[in-house]
Amino acid sequence: MITLTHYLVLSGILFSIGLAGVIRRKNLLLLFFSTEIMLNAVNIGFAAVAKFYGDLTGQMVAFFIIAVAASEVAVGLGLLVLWYKRNGTIDLESMQEMKG
Amino acid sequence: MEAIAFYLFSAITIGMFAIVVFSKNALYAMSALAGGMIAISGFFFMLDADFLGAVQIIVYTGAVMALYAFGMMFFDTTKDVKENIKETKIVNALWISAVVILVVIVSVPFLSDQVLLDASTSDYKVIGANNPQAVGIFLFTKYLVQFELAAVMLLVAMIAGIILVSKKMDISLTTMDEQIEKEEFDIKEAK
Repeated sequence: MITLTHYLVLSGILFSIGLAGVIRRKNLLLLFFSTEIMLNAVNIGFAAVAKFYGDLTGQMVAFFIIAVAASEVAVGLGLLVLWYKRNGTIDLESMQEMKG
Repeated sequence: MEAIAFYLFSAITIGMFAIVVFSKNALYAMSALAGGMIAISGFFFMLDADFLGAVQIIVYTGAVMALYAFGMMFFDTTKDVKENIKETKIVNALWISAVVILVVIVSVPFLSDQVLLDASTSDYKVIGANNPQAVGIFLFTKYLVQFELAAVMLLVAMIAGIILVSKKMDISLTTMDEQIEKEEFDIKEAK
């Protein structure tokens, strides 16, 4: 019997993997990937709550999260390509301009 | 049966996303991310969210990952980005403890009482429709304003993406700096 707890623990584990990626990686493309992982983990949690409480609101929020993620990719990737054209690197440290 | 599917998809998803986070090669990371997205849509089908599962496959694996694949053509993926990962004890302790605390915070309040489906107050029962129909009814009545706002946001994002990337598309990337300097020099000369 799979309960809501199982889904929420899975959601927490996936979110933590994404968080670990954001903390650890220095490649900007990988930071985008980690963000996608975190958004998807939250979506699983919302869909699980929507089922176990019999309320469709969770699924609706998940839809809007997918829409936000799609916009984020379009704008973020555009900025990333522009940054690569300017500086020839997608290393996070290249954005560190203030030495402190 | 449900338990087998749940644990199988969990193992696939966690494994794929672990590859994404810990792999050195960006191309492997992207492929693993696409695989993980497909496995996540399996969860949505198990949770009676058929429409959400279909949208997950179409939008994430179809659109978002294709966009990343096209975006990666701009970057030189054959040479690895030299990541200056400082494996200090503090950083490792920070992310491991963040992971543990997050899982505990999410799971502990639900370990005491197991929430079960209460079908009598379910939205499906109220509407008397299957999932895609119920989603459609909800989306175009209760959430119509949000839906239209999301549409406008996607349009703005699309235009922003086109303008950001297509600027100076006709100039080769390697000679771009010289070209820009030359243009600036010409402008100064004209003045």
